Amino acid sequence: MGILELTAVELSAKIRAGETTAVEAMQAVIEQIEKHEESLNCYVTFDKEAALHAAAEVQKKIESGELTGPLAGVPVAIKDNMCTKGMLTTCSSKILYNFVPTFTSEAVLNLEQAGAVIIGKTNMDEFAMGSTTETSYYGETKNPWNTQHVPGGSSGGSAAAVAAQECFFALGSDTGGSIRQPASYCGVVDMKPTYGTVSRYGLVAYGSSLDQIGPLCKTVTDCATIMEVIASHDKKDSTSIAREDLDFTSALVDDVKGLKIGIPRDYFGQGLDPEVKEAVLAAAKTLEEKGAVVEEFELGLVDYAIPAYYVIAAAEASSNLERFDGVAYGYRTESYEGLHNMYKKSRSEGFGAEVKRRIMLGSFVLSSGYYDAYYLKALRTKALIKEEFNKAFASYDVILGPAAPTTAPKLGASLSDPIKMYLGDIYTISVNLAGLPSICVPCGQDSKGLPIGLQLIGDCFQEKNIIRAAYAYEQTGHFAKCPLAE
Amino acid sequence: MANVIRDETIDYVGILAKLELSQEEKEAAKKDMASMLDYIDKLNELDTTGVEPMSHVFPVNNVFREDVVENPDGSEDALANAPESRDSAYVVPKTVDQ
Repeated sequence: MGILELTAVELSAKIRAGETTAVEAMQAVIEQIEKHEESLNCYVTFDKEAALHAAAEVQKKIESGELTGPLAGVPVAIKDNMCTKGMLTTCSSKILYNFVPTFTSEAVLNLEQAGAVIIGKTNMDEFAMGSTTETSYYGETKNPWNTQHVPGGSSGGSAAAVAAQECFFALGSDTGGSIRQPASYCGVVDMKPTYGTVSRYGLVAYGSSLDQIGPLCKTVTDCATIMEVIASHDKKDSTSIAREDLDFTSALVDDVKGLKIGIPRDYFGQGLDPEVKEAVLAAAKTLEEKGAVVEEFELGLVDYAIPAYYVIAAAEASSNLERFDGVAYGYRTESYEGLHNMYKKSRSEGFGAEVKRRIMLGSFVLSSGYYDAYYLKALRTKALIKEEFNKAFASYDVILGPAAPTTAPKLGASLSDPIKMYLGDIYTISVNLAGLPSICVPCGQDSKGLPIGLQLIGDCFQEKNIIRAAYAYEQTGHFAKCPLAE
Repeated sequence: MANVIRDETIDYVGILAKLELSQEEKEAAKKDMASMLDYIDKLNELDTTGVEPMSHVFPVNNVFREDVVENPDGSEDALANAPESRDSAYVVPKTVDQ
């Protein structure tokens, strides 16, 4: 078995046992990147020398006994909306084409302190706005299972890099499904934790009340292990929660006897691809055979999550993205007349079409005369959606459904109709509105050979229930490997 | 299409969003925003009378700390990112005429 085949946890164990080194692992990743990057474009920034140097430094600390944790020596890819000190952070936007942060985001710092080694920064939809990674200013990323298809988005570079073994694991961010949908399209494991579990300090904000950082990786064991490292209470993020139940790996138990799993009927109606439906229901059957109690139920308000989300996310984005004005960092237009003209021209030339679309919608719904009708209405709808989930979790430990209605669409098929693209997020968006944790694991392939994702949603702070269900399902051997992988 | 976005609305949104749109972009934005709002109007089917708007799912309170400087002076590094700087300050176009 080649080194690239190893999971993150297996690799670190071998490095710590002296069977291989952090440098050898990084060299293997670099070779893989050099082989496939031209066709896939997973990375925006990749500095070979810096990565090898960092790996050598970590190797010394492992040998001296300073680093002993389960991720020590493992090469990791970081989505390009997380600040990394001294390393370009572009959010895949022209407006941040030259931005070099002076600090590192808390989640990445936690990984570095655990001895993970940064390979580079992964491609994404511009400012995380998109579902395909096609809105990146730096070119689209392609799906490693079939390069005619998108990897999903917005964390498409991270998902594709894991699937193609261009890293051992990656970090992504999820505002409305931006980790789970690409993980599903690329056949990898991921988690969107309960809101407030991972610090957002240093994550370039899109929709602050919805954004969470999470891992994209090869197995459920890796997922729980990475979560233990990146989750932390951080006083630099006022929405960070002090939790005492962060021992996620304790839930890696192959036992779902008595676990109550609810399947929302409304998730299996119109718009769901029959092959996706079949694979997801087969996974439910598998869990039932292992002793889980599986039932169908009515989850209300499913159709209202997307419109509520787009009002809230656009409103928050319009406010968050005001800071990009050509003054302190990033792109400034070449010629201008006065301050306001400089702001306007820098922003108009620096932002792409999808970002402008959402900033304008956000400015509109927050403007005087429309605030109540749109923004407050969406926040009221959010309260009702949260209530629906509260009712569901009174009866069930886990809600099971698809991650996305289809497998990965073809390149170029989504951007022409924004609403159609937004509808692809129907199963993921309400999870962000309600602040819930959710894990996705591969559960089969369609007739085109593209991966299908199973989504397991838990109640707030109940990550262990979904880790347990995902782990038990994983043991049944339904995960397939990307053909591009070694 | 139920919602019609007028030129004045797009111009006003352009001011709020600090965006300068070409005529072509304006036309596209009018169409996009109208179809988005048509879709968002679906929320009007819901009776939300008496429902409190929920901005955060958990009770979020201000987090206070003592006003003590904890981080070192990073002004030089920060200014290195500036499109234009001079004497430890950002340079911007003149904002006030005499």
